[in-house]
Amino acid sequence: MNRLARLWDSDIAWSFRHSPVAIVAAVVAVGMIFAAIFAPWIAPSDPFHPASLNLMDGFTPPGTPNAFTGNTFLLGTDDQGRDILSTILYGARISLFVGFASVIFAMVLGISLGLLAAWKGGWVGTLVMRIADVQLSFPSILIALLIFGVARGFIPPGQREQAAIWVLILSIGLSEWVQYARVVRGATMVEMGREYVQAAKVIGVHPVRIVLQHILPNVMGPVLVIATIGLALAIIAEATLSFLGVGVPPTQPSLGTLIRIGQQFLFSGEWWILFFPAMALLALALSVNLLGDWLRDVLNPRLR
Amino acid sequence: MTHLFKSTRTVLLGGAALALAATALNAETLRWARVADALTMDPHSQNEGPTSTFLHHVYETLVSRELDGSLAPRLATDWMIDPEDPTVWIFELREGVTFHNGNAFTAEDVVFSLERVRKESSDFKGLHANVVGAEAVDDYTVRVQMDGPSPLYPQNLTNFFIMDSDWAEENGAETPQDYAAGEEAFTVRNAMGTGPYQLASRDPEVRSVLQHFEGHWDETPEVTEIIYTPITEDATRIAALLSGEVDFVQDVPVQDIARLEQTEGITVTTGPENRTIFFAYDMGSEDLRSASVEGNPFADPLVREAMHLALDRDAIQQVVMRGQSVPGAQNVPPFVNGWDAELDAYGPPDPERARELMAEAGYADGFSVDLNCPNDRYLNDEAICQAFVGMLGQIGIDANLVSQSRSLHFPLIQNDESDFYLLGWGVPPFDSQYVFDFLVHSTEGARGGWNGSNYSDPELDAKIQSLATETDLEARDATIAEIWQQVQEDRVFLMVHNQVLAYAARDGVNVDVDPENQPSMTRVTFD
Repeated sequence: MNRLARLWDSDIAWSFRHSPVAIVAAVVAVGMIFAAIFAPWIAPSDPFHPASLNLMDGFTPPGTPNAFTGNTFLLGTDDQGRDILSTILYGARISLFVGFASVIFAMVLGISLGLLAAWKGGWVGTLVMRIADVQLSFPSILIALLIFGVARGFIPPGQREQAAIWVLILSIGLSEWVQYARVVRGATMVEMGREYVQAAKVIGVHPVRIVLQHILPNVMGPVLVIATIGLALAIIAEATLSFLGVGVPPTQPSLGTLIRIGQQFLFSGEWWILFFPAMALLALALSVNLLGDWLRDVLNPRLR
Repeated sequence: MTHLFKSTRTVLLGGAALALAATALNAETLRWARVADALTMDPHSQNEGPTSTFLHHVYETLVSRELDGSLAPRLATDWMIDPEDPTVWIFELREGVTFHNGNAFTAEDVVFSLERVRKESSDFKGLHANVVGAEAVDDYTVRVQMDGPSPLYPQNLTNFFIMDSDWAEENGAETPQDYAAGEEAFTVRNAMGTGPYQLASRDPEVRSVLQHFEGHWDETPEVTEIIYTPITEDATRIAALLSGEVDFVQDVPVQDIARLEQTEGITVTTGPENRTIFFAYDMGSEDLRSASVEGNPFADPLVREAMHLALDRDAIQQVVMRGQSVPGAQNVPPFVNGWDAELDAYGPPDPERARELMAEAGYADGFSVDLNCPNDRYLNDEAICQAFVGMLGQIGIDANLVSQSRSLHFPLIQNDESDFYLLGWGVPPFDSQYVFDFLVHSTEGARGGWNGSNYSDPELDAKIQSLATETDLEARDATIAEIWQQVQEDRVFLMVHNQVLAYAARDGVNVDVDPENQPSMTRVTFD
């Protein structure tokens, strides 16, 4: 109780309570994350189970009964007779999973390399940071495409579909670690000059312990900000890759795959196949991004 | 002084601008968009629709196919069976024809090209399986020795492109590019034919420019420049036409036909295509590569029958194809010799009976397998595969859809690496033998190049081979009927439908629908 009260009185909570944008963004983001997690219980049907689909339900407009089968769907159906609402819920699940997993992967990799570069310095630090510089000169989506292509070459054809999601996580993670590494290295260099680190060194604390227990907690603030914005970026990167047709298979669509399918029907009048998944992606990415912005403002001492 | 110099320059520039404007008036440019690019510029490497369509503008064939299906002279002016030897074909060649580099076209080039097209890496070798050799009698006469009487051989020559032999030798291009092995060769980006257009620039998958060849033997066509742009995404391709970025779209997605017909300034033409769309499965191997069970379920006739009962052709026609297809059960288009209305008829789907058959075959719990599918070759190819995945799911077969570009999909079939796939097949010679030679005959020698199902029956192979040399056309048709009977009984193919073509062009550009989907831009007229 005491702890909760302390949290309620903290700077962050105060700032949150007084930022309507942050509240709305948090409600949307948390709502969508919950809906995605509990999709199997909320969704009217399971769109990833091909046997449950009826092709004749295809192209049903939102809220109107299908001409052949008489079935009605709240947000309509796509070309395969999949209920759009269920597909969005299940698709958001894949998008969010890929987003979170790749951010965690990029974070772990970036923090480790950043700490290593700062602590070791010398040629190790130079090597890590030059690799980061080289990678920064390429657009990250290009790097993800490259990694995706190479990884697929190594995976036997039969397992590619199952592996696609992990390859996506790997490629987005590997293309985003640089941000974390640079920030962590910079912050660590600053912290290393502080007295508490000097003192720890003098009394003979093991270097690994100094880095992980003393320095790391002090550099986590900016990392969390990057991670939140990085989540939105990762969701969009996943959508982009799937939109380009290199992401998850079309039988298990993510939001990006759904948009790719939907845009084929832009001119023929079935607007709902594109519109609803695009709106879902927009709401998800925007709310996470706004939360990230808010977090940055709160944690940035210079803006206070 | 300076002033005078300036004004002279202005006059010169003005003159240049006028000259440019004048050529622009004479030159009619056609901007042509398709779903896919030619896979290669090598004329003997890939026997594939868009590749051949493109190459017909740069290279020429001995004979060409008219819109009504008959043969017409092109580089050959006349052809006949040697009156003294029924196993020899004689071709009289057109005189005064030159290649784009100025070399004269002679019988040597035909002999060279026939040699080249029969090599192992050629994808057209199946069409020349009965050729023993060729010789140039004089500059404009070629004798082709067959291994027996081959009355229909000229029907196989409508996609046989003639290449300059000197150019090929100079550039080390005597062998066709081995496409399935991923080979890179000089002929992939360079071409030397006698065609009405020459390759001005080529950026694969982006843009190719063809300029009219001044030295061409035939009349100058209205179109003197072609800008060919492959646009894979359906909506983008149609948007390009609507915005006036292109003049002619060859692959109009079925969902956009209705909308385009209502659009002012756009004309849509539709017609049946000489092309079937079908599924095939590896029924010959011991084990499948991607299946969840031991052995090969597709080898079991009960499983194949169950899969046939699972396919709802009418639903695919109505929803996926929006009525723009002709469903059927026989894997050959209705205007090809050997088509049979009875064999082409199909019954309603029966998933219940299919499930019983699966249980009877010992697969009551079903199995999983990969389904390979192209996503940029046929009309709604990926959507057809997806729909069938759902139908198979209802009988317990869990198909993992692997859909990819055709440049990755086709080698899987040719290298025999797919368990289960979608393919489309056009029949340029308008005869069932072409289907049998490529898809039914065992993979050996020049035949069976696209037989990914590993179907093999020596007796049937002998019958297929006899078709090439049979001179009694009635007996030949009877053999064709026998072969189809067995192919249907063994369920070698799971036929879905015949494609219907739709072309769209801006008003004032007239393009006729070609049943082989091989329109020639020399036939395009402007109002």
